[in-house]
Amino acid sequence: MKHERSSSPSRRSVLRAGIGAAGGLALPSLLVTPAHAADQPPIGTWPAGTQGDSVFIGISVPRTGTYAVQGEDELKGYQLAIEHINEGHPLIKAISPKTTKGVLGKQLKFGVADSAAKPNDAVQAQQRFITENKAIMITGGTSSAVAVALNKLAQREKVLFVCGISGSNDTTGKDCVRYGVRQNFYGQTAADAIGPALLKAYGKNKKMAFMTPDYTYGHTVTKSVNDFLTKNGGWQMVTNQVSPLGAPDYSSYLTNIANSGAEFLINVNWGHDAVLSTQQAKQFGLLPKMKLVIPYQIPFLAREVGPDVTEGVYAATDFWWTMEDKYPLAKQFVETFEKKFGYKPEWGAENAYMEFALWAEAVEHAGTFYPPDVIKSYESPRKLNSFVGEVSWRPEDHQLIRPVVIVRGKKPSAMRNKEDYWEVVEVVPGAGLMQKPDAFGCNLGGYT
Amino acid sequence: MITWSNFLSQLFNGLALGALLALIASGLTIIYGTLGVLNLAHGAMFMVGGYAGYAAWQASGSFLLALLAGTLCVGLLGVLMERVIIRHFYQRPGEDQLLVTFGLAICFVEIIRLIFSSLTKTVTPPSLLSGITNLGIMFYPTYRLAVVGIVAIALLVLYVVLYRTRLGLIVRAGIDDAVMVDSLGIDVYRVFMIVFGIGSMAAGFAGIVNAPVVSLTPEVGEAILVQTFVVVVIGGVGSFPGAILGGLIAGEIISLTSMVNPGYAYVMLFAAMTLVLLVRPHGLLGTRGRE
Repeated sequence: MKHERSSSPSRRSVLRAGIGAAGGLALPSLLVTPAHAADQPPIGTWPAGTQGDSVFIGISVPRTGTYAVQGEDELKGYQLAIEHINEGHPLIKAISPKTTKGVLGKQLKFGVADSAAKPNDAVQAQQRFITENKAIMITGGTSSAVAVALNKLAQREKVLFVCGISGSNDTTGKDCVRYGVRQNFYGQTAADAIGPALLKAYGKNKKMAFMTPDYTYGHTVTKSVNDFLTKNGGWQMVTNQVSPLGAPDYSSYLTNIANSGAEFLINVNWGHDAVLSTQQAKQFGLLPKMKLVIPYQIPFLAREVGPDVTEGVYAATDFWWTMEDKYPLAKQFVETFEKKFGYKPEWGAENAYMEFALWAEAVEHAGTFYPPDVIKSYESPRKLNSFVGEVSWRPEDHQLIRPVVIVRGKKPSAMRNKEDYWEVVEVVPGAGLMQKPDAFGCNLGGYT
Repeated sequence: MITWSNFLSQLFNGLALGALLALIASGLTIIYGTLGVLNLAHGAMFMVGGYAGYAAWQASGSFLLALLAGTLCVGLLGVLMERVIIRHFYQRPGEDQLLVTFGLAICFVEIIRLIFSSLTKTVTPPSLLSGITNLGIMFYPTYRLAVVGIVAIALLVLYVVLYRTRLGLIVRAGIDDAVMVDSLGIDVYRVFMIVFGIGSMAAGFAGIVNAPVVSLTPEVGEAILVQTFVVVVIGGVGSFPGAILGGLIAGEIISLTSMVNPGYAYVMLFAAMTLVLLVRPHGLLGTRGRE
């Protein structure tokens, strides 16, 4: 893994310029005076983690197991973001205007651990990064169970956790913490975004079968989608097949669904679980007899199951690469990513990149790595740039208010290239999708 | 509510899964019974069989060639593994064998990931076996029905080799008393190599047969390995008929429990294993075996 380091002459010259021109206002973290330090007593890995030329970030993504494909995509997004932050790339500056080279002039270094989407593995790896490398920020996800566990670790260790993909309402709901932030959409926003599109496309009073992975993500997404469709469209859940993460075979669940009389198969599974369950739904003749809906879309699904299966399927997502047609920053991102990695970035990569870009912005806005100040920076209301237009953080639960993208699977013959699987039907603005801040019982906890 | 078609469908699911487990378990149990090696790489070899078959299928478009490639490739891998590594562990403690085969499993998974990436790979069965069959009372995936037949033929071939050939006689004698076989002037180490090859071939064949059912990821062998061990324990360590019986029982337990409550499928499987061990400590068809 390549870690870039800032050249010290450049840092010194910036420092001199800063002192000379503005009394160090631009770079307060490099000029911590004893008086200032008294206001900012050591906390977490601060200031130990920020004393060198570089700061360390702990990344845990699933590189094995059912979410491995998404984890690798996510990791590439992190790598690109770190590279861009360290070189002061224009794409990062568009989101974090104060970024020069690195964050507050310090280069980012990072370590990567395989979480296998298991909370214990992720927590152990991140604890190591915090203790041994003095990580000043940790990230990871692609499983809400991991996200919730890392939320707790972050709050205990007083090190910021910038959450990777996590769809559970609980992550910024009942399991929210002061030291955790999340940028992607989740169960409730998925339901409120895709629900109207489904009712518009298919009408009212339908029978639906759910396939739900048995952990916080699955249960909350299923509940949110079911609540919306039941309340607003009179749809009826005729069965909910709950399966363990990484189930090797879905035949039993699908047989139960086949006999349930459902007209719609709402597949909440994710990662390889979604691929396998969807493929097997086709084997069992459920598809295309039943309409498939993917309320929380996974990257790569169409690539892995084939566009003949995803044709006409409605799905909710954070990002799809053809959004480059509408959003110039998305275009820049897709182009630079594709140039580096040879394929169009998926949601995992976009999510990872945005997390880091927004974190860089929050730290630069705070002007310090001091964790409580960085958190307050996240909590101070302001409009931010993103790949999908203007976004903002919600101080009450640390959830980014951002649009949810509704896509529909393209016919194979309508695809303009081999990665053109989905057409963007609608970009639903974020503000209208948000529940009340306390709807899921969030209590952020303390700063110190 | 459980309908007849639901019940039958689950029964077939159990049969297809059970047949597959029986085949994989028979490979595992022959190797353990004869060589005394608990091969934790057996699941990984099942996975390699799938990928080797996938590569052949990609190149040729022929499912038959895929079956051949998956089987032979893993058979060869097994022979190589035995010659280069495993034979040095025959005289060493069981823990060493576990560690080395576990390590090999990890290596196989990572090599496959390096070559094929983690993206799910799908092998399509031949058009004759694709689609859905109307069984009158229900519709059922044709290929899953075919799996039962394909595996039954494979098990029959294994049976003939084990029970109707001289090699089989030596293998079975080896299971009972390898020292005696050796003292009769038979090159028992050569037999061991062949046994390892045959056991591995069973895993490889099962891997490619199963590929169209569950699709391929580098981790596909991990989940099946645990179930396979349970099958071997239920059926009786070292017993070929026991592997078949254990496989069918395990398949049906998983499937029929899933009909009522999928969450309890594995709980019931382990409960059944415990029950069998309580009543018959050597498994249903196990003899005294290796102790």
